[in-house]
Amino acid sequence: MDLAFAIVAGLIVAATPLVFAALGELVVEKSGVLNLGVEGMMIIGAIAGFAAKLAFDSYVLGFAAAMMAGAAMAGLFGVLVLFFLSNQVATGLALTLFGLGVSALVGQGYSGKTAGAFPRLDGVGLPGLDVICLIAIGLAFGVAWWLGKTRSGLILRAVGENHDAAHAIGYPVRLVRFLALLFGGAMAGAGGAYLSLVQTPFWAEKMTAGRGWIALALVVFAAWMPLRVLAGALLFGGITILQLHSQAFGLKIDAQLLSMLPYLATIAVLVAISREGAGRRRVQPQSLGKPFYAAT
Amino acid sequence: MKIKAFMGAVATALGVVAMAASASAQSKTKVGFVYVGPIGDHGWSYQHHQALLAVKKELGDKVETTHVENVPEGPDAERVIDQLASQGHSIIFTTSFGFMNPTIKVAQKYPKVKFEHISGYKRADNVATANIRYYEGRYIAGILAAKASKTGTIGYIASFPIPEVVMGINAAYLGAKSVNPNVKFKIIWVSTWFDPGKEADAAKALADQGADVLFQHTDSPAAPKFAEERKIFAIGQASDMKSFAPNAILTSLVNNWSDYYIARVKAAMDGTWKSDDTWAGLDKGMLKIAEFGPGVSAEARALATAARDKIAKGELHPFTGPLKKQDGTEFLKAGEKISDAALSGMNFYVQGIEGALPK
Repeated sequence: MDLAFAIVAGLIVAATPLVFAALGELVVEKSGVLNLGVEGMMIIGAIAGFAAKLAFDSYVLGFAAAMMAGAAMAGLFGVLVLFFLSNQVATGLALTLFGLGVSALVGQGYSGKTAGAFPRLDGVGLPGLDVICLIAIGLAFGVAWWLGKTRSGLILRAVGENHDAAHAIGYPVRLVRFLALLFGGAMAGAGGAYLSLVQTPFWAEKMTAGRGWIALALVVFAAWMPLRVLAGALLFGGITILQLHSQAFGLKIDAQLLSMLPYLATIAVLVAISREGAGRRRVQPQSLGKPFYAAT
Repeated sequence: MKIKAFMGAVATALGVVAMAASASAQSKTKVGFVYVGPIGDHGWSYQHHQALLAVKKELGDKVETTHVENVPEGPDAERVIDQLASQGHSIIFTTSFGFMNPTIKVAQKYPKVKFEHISGYKRADNVATANIRYYEGRYIAGILAAKASKTGTIGYIASFPIPEVVMGINAAYLGAKSVNPNVKFKIIWVSTWFDPGKEADAAKALADQGADVLFQHTDSPAAPKFAEERKIFAIGQASDMKSFAPNAILTSLVNNWSDYYIARVKAAMDGTWKSDDTWAGLDKGMLKIAEFGPGVSAEARALATAARDKIAKGELHPFTGPLKKQDGTEFLKAGEKISDAALSGMNFYVQGIEGALPK
């Protein structure tokens, strides 16, 4: 296998869980809700997908179960935040802790088992890649098109920019947000399942190892643009993979420095978009994280 | 970090509740165990728990055991150890390097309670330390790896550049070099003990660059699992990883704490317990070489078994001179064996390993 192609394939595989989770969170944030529970939804997706694959011996059912489990977590979050108006930041953090705990409990009987090797696309000239990576890339384009070019995408953005105005025109703010949350949860679940069913493939406690937080940073890094999420995920994934390869080549680059880069880049972008006053208004959904009181 | 600390607190609180529930009988000797990870990690903490089960089996009704898993290294550890000590446990095993200072602190408060700290270097009248000579196993695994490799390139996934890990790399290299002088090591530092995704990525990077046997000094079975899929070989870490990769695993280096724990608990019961430092390996059976996998040839098997027996008898030390550091300076003269002090502070690659050791 050509080494350059192998590196690119490794980079796409490393980026895939991030693409799923970050695209889901992007849609959620575009609707005006901040869900910090991505890590929790991912890990629940990882165990649910793994358990379903073992039970039914089907990758389709595995991913379906992971998406449903992630969506269920997001639904719980949605009820608390949208209808009981609980604090979004605190509830999101609680969702992450809850997810890590529940997944460890459910996963007790699954450590040490293995899901078998996921079929790769070696036969069609894409060695090391799999159909799920391609779906993730397609999804980024799909979300970009949907948000930018469709009426329903416009409504979602309207709700996220100014929920009072959207409500006044008659859009169902809470329903739109709830659906966005379910989508976000399903995507986070799929990202987790990619980790436990394709990338590793086994179940281990805390196996998401902070990828949910990187996904959150990615959304900001990408300034809430789906195609930039894809580029950012490839960049973040790419940094990891290149770092590993450079070490194996014996090049002297500090691993710690490279591991730090994604976060440094995110902080830099945050500073940049906060500085340009008007520009910031353009990129960040204006109702993001604000509670919505439905006037009846 | 805050979140981690909070989760730790929750875990600790749950652990304490579990402990309270199990405190009952008086006449039995109470033995406490503190684990850093979950028992289900199939590695480090799992092996310590196997030793707890062995203590129970050996001593039966005479002991009552308590264990707390998932204890984070830090202030929470002190609380958990203190709780065990105050509940009348006569001997407490704290099984992670980061429990060193909390153990010493609690030990000062409870001079009558005996403490066994694993992998640390601070002792007191009631604190003994113990560790395993893992490097002996890595030397033998190095022989197997070099014999199984067709490309002559061995991949090594390393965690952090501490002496424990560095001596493991050196020992594996020396073992491999003893059967193939041209063997090459490619080393990747992943800066984590446990991140299955990253370990799998590192395994892939090594394989893509031509490595066909993978070593690891990280805790998840991601690398063996990858090796199985890629039809190359791997060495298992801490516990027998054969179930993850039946064809790929050449052998696993298994930590065996059972005999030591049983001996120490017995000593505590009959009053002969003394604080001391145990650093043993193949000689006392604290390190075991798991059954060889199908990738080990008859020749490799003979070489590895011979080396294992020689090390166990003390006839062979992996670090025997003449040996040079990577930069060419000699650190062991011909025939000289390395001292334990020099070994436990090892911070350099031996000559022949390429690449720079991170600081």
